[in-house]
Amino acid sequence: MNARLRSPLKNALGLGSARAGSHHFVVQRLTAAALVLLGLWFVWIVLELLHLDYAGAHALVAQPCNAVLLLAFVTAVFWHAQLGLQVVIEDYVHTRGSQLLLQVAVKFLCFIGAAASVLAILKIALGR
Amino acid sequence: MPANARPLSPHLSIYRWQIQMVTSILHRATGIALAAGTILLVVALLALASGPDAYGKVAAFCGSWLGMLLLVGWTWSLAYHLLNGIRHLWQDLGYGYLPAQFVRNGWIVSIGSLILTALVWACVFAQRGGA
Repeated sequence: MNARLRSPLKNALGLGSARAGSHHFVVQRLTAAALVLLGLWFVWIVLELLHLDYAGAHALVAQPCNAVLLLAFVTAVFWHAQLGLQVVIEDYVHTRGSQLLLQVAVKFLCFIGAAASVLAILKIALGR
Repeated sequence: MPANARPLSPHLSIYRWQIQMVTSILHRATGIALAAGTILLVVALLALASGPDAYGKVAAFCGSWLGMLLLVGWTWSLAYHLLNGIRHLWQDLGYGYLPAQFVRNGWIVSIGSLILTALVWACVFAQRGGA
């Protein structure tokens, strides 16, 4: 007797009513783990940037190692921000129209933010 | 607001405030604050990519009293969300759920976030004083 009233296939797939399973949960933790390391590195580079002039700051971010870590940081930041804001909206916005509008707006804005950051970092890293 | 009013369970107005709920609420609040803070991150990166004039404007804003106030707020938000995030990952592994541990870790995270913020700003002012 299946106490959960689900077919064995549904249990095996584990996708649930949202058809996404634990994907959101897993990616939120994965980006969080990445941001523990990248966040500490980000604090370090911001403290370095504070006492540099424009040319020095440009040169520091243009270093391949820093540019790659910064690309990883902004990607993880906007991905994690979208996942987090999605849960907040799901929890507190109960009108279907507003919920949909906000979820789409957050996804669009996070993607635009990530794309703009990536473009800026590439422009800095790939030369003047 | 829901489209049709339904009965709700007693919420914030009726519970006694305790560290367990405060740390949870602050995790969300600092997360939202940090998401808003990404606007400055994007603006600063675009300014650095576009030239000294734009970068100078961003640097001037960060040095103004409003900029400093926001940066102190974002420093603490990052410190808190980072430490409490590590605590959440620890809990995802199945640890720290006994009430005594939960309360103790909540205080470690809260006080630790203030210490981390103070350390970062000590570095900022030490560099400024030394330069």
